[in-house]
Amino acid sequence: MATRLPAVDVVLVGFGWTASILAKELTDAGLEVLALERGVFRDTIPDFSPATIQDELRYAVRNGLFEEPHRETLTFRNKMQQTALPMRHLGSFRPAAGAGGAGVHWNGQTWRFLATDFALRSHLTERYGAKFIPTDMTIQDWGVSYDELEPYYDKFEHLCGIAGKAGNVGGARQAGGNPFEAPRKREYPLPPLKRSYATVMFDKAARDVGYHPFPCPAANTSQPFKNLYGVQMGQCTFCGYCEWFGCGNYSKASPQACVFPVLLGRDNFTLRTQCNVTRVNLDSTNKRATGVTYIDVTGRSYEQPADLVILCAYAQHNVHLLLLSGIGTPYDPVANSGVVGRNYAYQITSSVHVFTNERLNPFMGAGALGQGVDDFNGDNFDHGPHGFVGGGYLALWTTGGRPILQHQVPAGTPKWGSQFKRALAENYLHAASISTHGSVMSYRDAYLDLDPTYRDYYGNPLLRLTFDYHDNEHRMSDFLTAKATEIAKAMRPRSVDPKPRNGHYSILPYQTTHNTGGAVMGTDPKTSVVNRYLQSWDVPNVFVMGACAFPQNAGYNPTGTVGALTFWAADAIRNRYLKDPGPLVGA
Amino acid sequence: MHARFKSLALMVAICVGACGVAAVARDSNFAEVQRGRYLVYAGDCGACHTDEGGKPFAGGRAVPTPFGTIYASNITPDRETGIGSWTDEQFYHAMHEGRRPNGEHLYPAFPYHWYTRLRRDDVMAIKAYLDSLTPVRQANKAPDLPWPLSWRGAMVGWNALFFKPGAYRPDPAKSPEWNRGAYLVEGLGHCGACHSPKNALGGVKSKDRFHGGQGEGWFATSLTRDPREGLGRWSLDDMVEYLKTGANARARAMGPMAEVVHDSTMHLSEDDLRAMAMYLKDLPGDSGSNGSQTPGHDRDALQRGKLLYVDQCAGCHMEDGEGIRNVFPPIKGSSGLHAHDPSSLARLVLAGAPSARTPAKPEGFAMPAFGAKLSDAQIADLLTYIRASFGNEAGAVSASQVAGVRKKIERTS
Repeated sequence: MATRLPAVDVVLVGFGWTASILAKELTDAGLEVLALERGVFRDTIPDFSPATIQDELRYAVRNGLFEEPHRETLTFRNKMQQTALPMRHLGSFRPAAGAGGAGVHWNGQTWRFLATDFALRSHLTERYGAKFIPTDMTIQDWGVSYDELEPYYDKFEHLCGIAGKAGNVGGARQAGGNPFEAPRKREYPLPPLKRSYATVMFDKAARDVGYHPFPCPAANTSQPFKNLYGVQMGQCTFCGYCEWFGCGNYSKASPQACVFPVLLGRDNFTLRTQCNVTRVNLDSTNKRATGVTYIDVTGRSYEQPADLVILCAYAQHNVHLLLLSGIGTPYDPVANSGVVGRNYAYQITSSVHVFTNERLNPFMGAGALGQGVDDFNGDNFDHGPHGFVGGGYLALWTTGGRPILQHQVPAGTPKWGSQFKRALAENYLHAASISTHGSVMSYRDAYLDLDPTYRDYYGNPLLRLTFDYHDNEHRMSDFLTAKATEIAKAMRPRSVDPKPRNGHYSILPYQTTHNTGGAVMGTDPKTSVVNRYLQSWDVPNVFVMGACAFPQNAGYNPTGTVGALTFWAADAIRNRYLKDPGPLVGA
Repeated sequence: MHARFKSLALMVAICVGACGVAAVARDSNFAEVQRGRYLVYAGDCGACHTDEGGKPFAGGRAVPTPFGTIYASNITPDRETGIGSWTDEQFYHAMHEGRRPNGEHLYPAFPYHWYTRLRRDDVMAIKAYLDSLTPVRQANKAPDLPWPLSWRGAMVGWNALFFKPGAYRPDPAKSPEWNRGAYLVEGLGHCGACHSPKNALGGVKSKDRFHGGQGEGWFATSLTRDPREGLGRWSLDDMVEYLKTGANARARAMGPMAEVVHDSTMHLSEDDLRAMAMYLKDLPGDSGSNGSQTPGHDRDALQRGKLLYVDQCAGCHMEDGEGIRNVFPPIKGSSGLHAHDPSSLARLVLAGAPSARTPAKPEGFAMPAFGAKLSDAQIADLLTYIRASFGNEAGAVSASQVAGVRKKIERTS
C-alpha cells in the first residue's frame, strides 16, 4: 500500500541535465519542485575527486557511474521475427544512474543540429523528390525550426561554457569555424581548446584533400568561465579521463559544475535520491496526471501528488514509463498505428585507425578535443548520385590514452602474447583514430515496446528494443568511412586501418549512448507523442524531455539539442503553461 | 468599592500574567529589532545557538572545547526554557560579565570576554531582536565537563586571570572608521577567540594577539600585518572581498571560516568589513616569536615533495603554483601556507574541505581528500616542499605532525 505524500507543484522524474535545468527554471518561477532520482547523490568532491577519479578499471571497465542492468535494462532483437533477450551487461550504450545522470560521464561533444535536420522530410522531398525517401523510412519534420531554437542553443552553450569557433554568425561566414553550421547570433562562449598534435595533422590533411576542418565544439572549458547562472567553472587540464568519468576540477560541463551550486540550497527545491519512479498516475479520465508512484531503497512505495509531471529520465526510460503508465497509444508496427515507442533511432559509427610517423602524446586529452569535418553531414552535399539520405561528421578526437581500453595496434597484430606487447609499446605514442558519426533514420521496424516475457526488479515488463541498421545507413556509413580513410592517408602515416561498421547492429560493443525516439515531437498527434513544446498530446500536465523527442537522429551528438529543447520547453512552461494550464497546441 | 476594584485589578493582572500576555504596553521597535538582527549576524550567535537542523536560536548544539563539550543554550524568548523571562539588566549582565540571572557563571565558550566590549545600546538591540523571535520550548543540556570544571564556580578563577570586563573605549588618536573596526573585531567579531594563541587554560596570550590560534580542530591563521604569514600583503579590497564573498584571488575560506563567512561576515556591510580590515591591517606583525620559520633544507624531502606536487596537485594548483584565478587558490605567496602551525594544511590535504558558498560565489570549490592515497610521510614532504618553493619561506613539516592531525580527524569523524 503506497504512502501518500504531501503534494508539490512539479515532480521531475530523474535528475540529470534536463531535470537540473528545469528545476532551476521552475524554482526561479516560484514553484515547489521535487526531483526523484533512482541513483545516489554525487557531487564533484568527493565523488569525482582528482585524487581518485582517474581509475579506468573502476569507472570504465567496472562501470562505476552507470546504471546497473540488475535494476534497469531492456530486451533486444534486430528483427521482429526474432525473440528479444535481456541485455545483461552494458554494451552498445551506457546510461547513467545517479545525480547528474549521463551529464556526469559524457565527453562533452556539443553540437547544434543543421537547419535542414529539423524539417528533414520537407527538405529532402523538396530537393530530391518524394520518391527519394524509401517507403519504410518514417522520417518526419520536428514541428520546431532551427531559428526558433537558436536562442535556446545559445542558452545551453552559455550554461556549459562551450569552447569553439563560430563558422557562421548571422549568416556571415567566419574563417576558422565550420562553414556548414547553422547561423548563430554570436560566437561561442569560450575560444577553442588548445590543439593536440594529432588534430593539427588532421586539420592539414583535411584541407589538403579539399575539405573544411574546424575545432569541434567542446563542453570542456578552455578558460575559467562564469556561466549563465553565475556559477564559476574551472579550466580543463587535459587529464584524458572524460568519457566514463566525472570531472574533478569543475571544467567539464555537468549539472554538478553548472547548476547544483545555485539550485540545491533553494528552499523550494527538494531532491530525493534512491527513489525509483515506476508509474505516472492518472485520474479516472486518463487525461490528467495526479502525480507519480515511486519505490525507495527499502522497497517501500510512495504516491507523490503533483500538479505537473515532467519525465527527465534517460530517453528510453521515459518511453518505458509512458508505456507502463498508459500515456499515449503504444505503437503497433504491424498495424502501423499508435505512437509511443515509434521511430526509435541510434547512431551509426565507424573509425579509421591511423599510425603516424610523428610522435603524439595521446595521454593528454579532453573528451571533446577534436578537429572535425562537416562536409558530409546532413544534406551538406548532393545525395542525388549516392542514393542514400543522411550523413555525419568526421573527426579526429584526442580524448586520452588510457592504459586498459585506449590503445590500438595495427591490423594483423595478434591479440595477445609477446608480439602484441611489442606492437602496443611501439605504437602507443603513434596512434590516433578518425571517427565517423553518422545519422540513423527512423523506420517502421525500429521501435520500442513492452517485452511479453521478461520483467524487471519491480515486476514490471522490461522495455523491448527492436532495431537494426538498414541498407541506407550502411551505404551512408561506408561513404563516410571512405572519406575518413582519404583524410587518414593524407596525414602521410606509416599505416592506416579502416574499421567500417559491417553487418547487423550488435548490442555488445560500445558505440554511443545516443538513443533517440520513442516519444517523438511533432505537429500531428497521429505521428507524435508530444507536441512541439514536448507536452504530451494525451495528458497535458505531462511533459517529456530528452532525445526520445527526436523523430529521427541526425549526424551529431544529441546533448546540445537536448539542452536547447529543455530551455525551449522551460520557456513555454513558465510563460505560457503556468499562466493557463492546458494543451499548448490545439490538436 | 476601592478595595474590590483593587483586588479585581490584581486578579486581572494575575490572570493576564499567567496567560503570558504582556501586562505592559509595548512600543513599536522595528528599527531597533533590525539593528539587533544585524548585530546578531556580526556576533555569529547562530553558529552556536542554532543546532544543525534545529529551530533558530533554540540551542542544543554541541560546542567542542579542549576541556569537554558544552551545549549552547536556548536564547529564544521562551519563558521556561529560553531567556524570555530575563530583564534588560539581566541580559546585559550576561553579555557584559558572563553571569546568569541566578548568579551562575557562564563558561567562556560563550565569548562574554569579547562581548563585554559592546555598548549597552547594542546589547539592548540584540535583546530586542532575540525577543522578537519565535519562542521554542527546548530545555538546555548540561555540559559534559570533568570535575572541577563541571562546577561553574571554577570560572571565578578563570575570570580573575583572563577576563577584564569593560565596554570598548575609542582611541581618540585613530579615525572613526578604525575605531568602528576595532569595536567589531574586539567585540562581536570575537575573531581572536580562534585567531589568537591560547594557553593551557584557554586564555588568550595577549602579547601574541591575533598571531594565529587553534579553533574547532583547525589552526586559524595570523591576522596581523606580517607579510608572509599574516595579512601584510593583502589589500583592504582583498580582505573585504574575502569576508563578503568567501574568496579572493589569494585564498578561499575553508573549514570553520567558511561557516563564519556564510553565517556572519557575508551579511555585514562593506563599510563595516572595511573598518574591520583597517583595524586588522594596523595590528603589529609577528616578531618571529612563533618559532622557527626557516625553510626546510632536507634536499631529499624537497625532491620527493616536488614529484608529489606535480603528480597530485599541479592539475589544479598548476605547475607554476599560480592556481587558477577565481577557482583554485595560488600556492605561490599564500599566507595560509606560511602558518607556523601547519595543522590546517595537514587537515586540508588529509581530509579535504568545501569552501564557503555565498550568493556572489555559489560554487564552493572543494579541496579533495588525499588521506587515503598519501602517507603521513608523503604529505609531510609535500607540505615541506610547497612551503619552501614558489617563493614561499616557511618551515618544514614532519610526518609526526601530520600523523597527529590524522588521528584527530579519525577521532572526530
